[in-house]
Amino acid sequence: MTQPVAKLRFAFFVTVLMAAAMTLSACGPGEPKTSGAPPDVRRLTEEQYRNIIADVFGSAVVVSGRFDMPVRTEGLLAVGAREATVTAGGMRQFDETARALATQVLSEPLLNFLLPCALSNQMPFDEVCASSFIGQVGRLLFRRPLTDEEIGVRVAIARQASESLGRFEDGLHIALSNMLVDPQFLFVTERIEPDAKVPGQLLLESYSIASRLSFLLWNSGPDDALLAAAQAGVLHDKNGLEAQVERMLASPRLETGVRAFFGDMLKFSDFKFLEKDTEIYPVFGAAAVKDAREQTLRTIAYHVIDEDADYRDLFTTRKTFMTRALGQIYRVQVTAPNGVWVPFEFPADEFRGGIQSHLGFLALHSHPGRSSPTLRGKAIRNTLLCQEVPDPPPDVDFTGFNNPDSPSKTARQRLDAHSTSPACAGCHRITDPIGLALENFDGAGQFRTAENGEVIDVSGDLDGIAFNDASGFGPALRANPAINSCLVDRLYAYASGHKLGPKDAFVGYLEERFAADGYRVKSLFKRIATSEAFYAVSAVSPATSAAAAAAGQ
Amino acid sequence: MAFYHAKSTHRRAVLRGMLAGSAVTVALPFLDSMLNNSGTALAAGKPLPVRFGTWFWGLGHTPGYAVSDKATTGPGITFSGECEALKRHAGIINYFGKFNLPLDGRSNYPHTSGWVASRTGVVPDKNNDVPAATFDLLIADEVGNQTRLKTIDLTCTGNPDHMYSARSTHTKTAGEISPAVLYQRLFGADFVDPNKADFKPDPRIMARKSALSAVAEERKKLMQVVGASDRIQLDGYFTSIRELENQLDVQLQKPEPNKACTVPPSPGDKGVVGAVTGVEIGRVEATHDTFARLLAMAVACNQTHVFNVVFSDSFSGLRRQGETLTHHSLSHEERADAKTGLQPQTSWFNMRSMEALARFIDAFSAIREGDGTLLDNVLLLAASETSLARTHSIDGVPFMTVGRAGGRIKTGLHVVGNGDPATRVGLTAMQIMGVSVESWGAGSLKTSKTITDILT
Repeated sequence: MTQPVAKLRFAFFVTVLMAAAMTLSACGPGEPKTSGAPPDVRRLTEEQYRNIIADVFGSAVVVSGRFDMPVRTEGLLAVGAREATVTAGGMRQFDETARALATQVLSEPLLNFLLPCALSNQMPFDEVCASSFIGQVGRLLFRRPLTDEEIGVRVAIARQASESLGRFEDGLHIALSNMLVDPQFLFVTERIEPDAKVPGQLLLESYSIASRLSFLLWNSGPDDALLAAAQAGVLHDKNGLEAQVERMLASPRLETGVRAFFGDMLKFSDFKFLEKDTEIYPVFGAAAVKDAREQTLRTIAYHVIDEDADYRDLFTTRKTFMTRALGQIYRVQVTAPNGVWVPFEFPADEFRGGIQSHLGFLALHSHPGRSSPTLRGKAIRNTLLCQEVPDPPPDVDFTGFNNPDSPSKTARQRLDAHSTSPACAGCHRITDPIGLALENFDGAGQFRTAENGEVIDVSGDLDGIAFNDASGFGPALRANPAINSCLVDRLYAYASGHKLGPKDAFVGYLEERFAADGYRVKSLFKRIATSEAFYAVSAVSPATSAAAAAAGQ
Repeated sequence: MAFYHAKSTHRRAVLRGMLAGSAVTVALPFLDSMLNNSGTALAAGKPLPVRFGTWFWGLGHTPGYAVSDKATTGPGITFSGECEALKRHAGIINYFGKFNLPLDGRSNYPHTSGWVASRTGVVPDKNNDVPAATFDLLIADEVGNQTRLKTIDLTCTGNPDHMYSARSTHTKTAGEISPAVLYQRLFGADFVDPNKADFKPDPRIMARKSALSAVAEERKKLMQVVGASDRIQLDGYFTSIRELENQLDVQLQKPEPNKACTVPPSPGDKGVVGAVTGVEIGRVEATHDTFARLLAMAVACNQTHVFNVVFSDSFSGLRRQGETLTHHSLSHEERADAKTGLQPQTSWFNMRSMEALARFIDAFSAIREGDGTLLDNVLLLAASETSLARTHSIDGVPFMTVGRAGGRIKTGLHVVGNGDPATRVGLTAMQIMGVSVESWGAGSLKTSKTITDILT
């Protein structure tokens, strides 16, 4: 009898263990401990600057300046912003822009909306009003409340300027334009403080947490509610943090954040300088450039936010949006008026599917007057798979590629001839099968079946998965595991400003959670935004903040 | 120990003293006593300032189709082919041939290593790295603080990133792309006409200056709460703030009367930000020519003493309407003539680049200054990043000086480098402009050999 009982007990024990394992599996493994990086200083990107100005002063305010671009680092401008400073020319731009903005803000009707008092006359100087204006605007611009001393300095600036220039609003103009070139506005300067609960440990200060969160999810500074949460100290509390994250994820402003990340990852800043030869591609004008960028970002936002769909399906989805200008290039009928976006689905028997078949990818990674399998292949490897493709050797001979006497009609034939050189073959093997798969689309992204009268062969394979045409390339891309790890890698680097090493446990954890969450991008944003790793800080370099000194580090 | 007394020493002797191996770091500002006296003074009696500029074009020359080789340094530059347009200016140019950029075993990053090495004196370890400040900024630090704008940086391609001036990898100067914006910056509300009889400091500028001073202590405190690496990052900001303050100081002073300075007509609204893009060569040339006209007058009006102009980027994306291949693509894919080695279409773009340079020189020489032209008081360094673009060769990269630098240099010379590092050109330019630098560069690029052949 004992044997059966023992067996039962064993069976029960096994069942309990299995149930526990299943429960754990559903929750996932716990987040691995991360040492964190030192707190950051990063210059606002142009988009962030524009978003903050729109948030604080309203979208009617026009930011007409142009700012220095950070150097793309680890594939992202957001990472480069961690090292970006302000050049002399850049400061000039910031100064000119600040003055132009202050002029707009301090004029009707914005003035009535923003100023907490009526401008009764030109003088005297209204200290209470100035103090309130500076305090409120400063809190949003500096992403934390200003101290009384900081407000006092700026009120004094406004008073002095008002007296010398003769009008109250002139004083505010000087004070406001000065705040807009202040390093506390132009740079996100994170601060640390001692952890009251764990002696010797450091914490990211509440307002710095608010900024990290806000720039990740909205690509802008914290709003009033987030700053209030920071002031109340609830962002150090798991529940308090999660409540803010949920609120921000539910906000329509999430779309701004999602677009900013994908725009950075896909190098859409290059759209500013995209041009096509209008003799060769007469339909690809300025409207098409603008709409091509928007189409892909709109598709992504719809897919990952509205549909909350599997990230991998972005490379196969036929659902997109269309304008009349784009319809001319895609050669589809769009009856909506110019400039109006309409949902659109490519027919199943067409070769379009996935964002890599959009003009936003195909035209961006082409020459002004022709396609480029090499540029496209390199772009897929770099931006979507996070794989580096070496630069060509300096003494490479391309003359065979464009030999007018050559019998080669198609890009594949020309590249085959070119790639016979051992110096070239290595890299072209990496890029060309991908780029050639997209050769059914010319340099403007228009569909074609032949080049120079010869049928284009777009068959190939992507890291072992074969395909016959562009419609087969999307599924091959979707099935490539690097597409997921690359997204995780890039999003974490975008969020934190630091690329984690491939062996970092947190990377593995995020990848696993991303898969368990059904490859939902919104969930990945949430995972990062609520993780301990995202806010972990280590001591900064010696001779630094008082907080570090107070914490004994 | 050698002591130099500038007032009693000929500057050539000073430079030759350096060549003799003096260990003394010789400061070489070209003191007033070192200037010649022919027409180089303002009406107020102050010497006319010498201005420095760079003019860059991508993809160099086709060797043998631009400038005839010479065996030894001497007068007479034989321009032809791609440089035909420069013939009319040969008397005011110095051409530097056979100067090389040894890489000391490091990779030649195509279209990058050339400009980085020649402008910083250091070979980059990584692609797109700028390991040291470019010499134009070292010159600007010396002579750019007395003007309203420390530098003016212009890019004709519509892409602000096409600019080859930087203090470091992450502190690259962005080029202005819009003639209309440039016009507003130069001759808009902040411009003070030097020939206007009355001058009253603008109280708004005084207020701005005062506001920046009022928060100086706060800015200092910020430095105390950041780490060392972030301090370096913020330090760039503080340097730029100081330059802005300096700019405001200059605006509060009455400018010297200046007969050469007249406000040019506005280029109109076509150049608003965002409207000027494109590398179609006609558009680039039109932008360039407008920039040249505005810049020449800005220089004459002493709005700046240092400028950088980029005609085409180092990868030259210039293109002809209706053609599938760009200048860069052509340089690699166009078949070279078996006998001559010439790539006709590539060469066409090289020629158009030199035609643009000739027009740029025209714009400066059209402005009368003192007894001569503005060009007499300018040192312009025109350079590219390769010699033969097809092979990305950085040996024999073309360099030219244009202008007489206030009489400090001779012109019309073809200088033969015999394989010397091209940093000799940059070193000489810096010394002419008064930068205290005895030697410059790193590794095989390090040099202390001034090109004395061109000095007066």
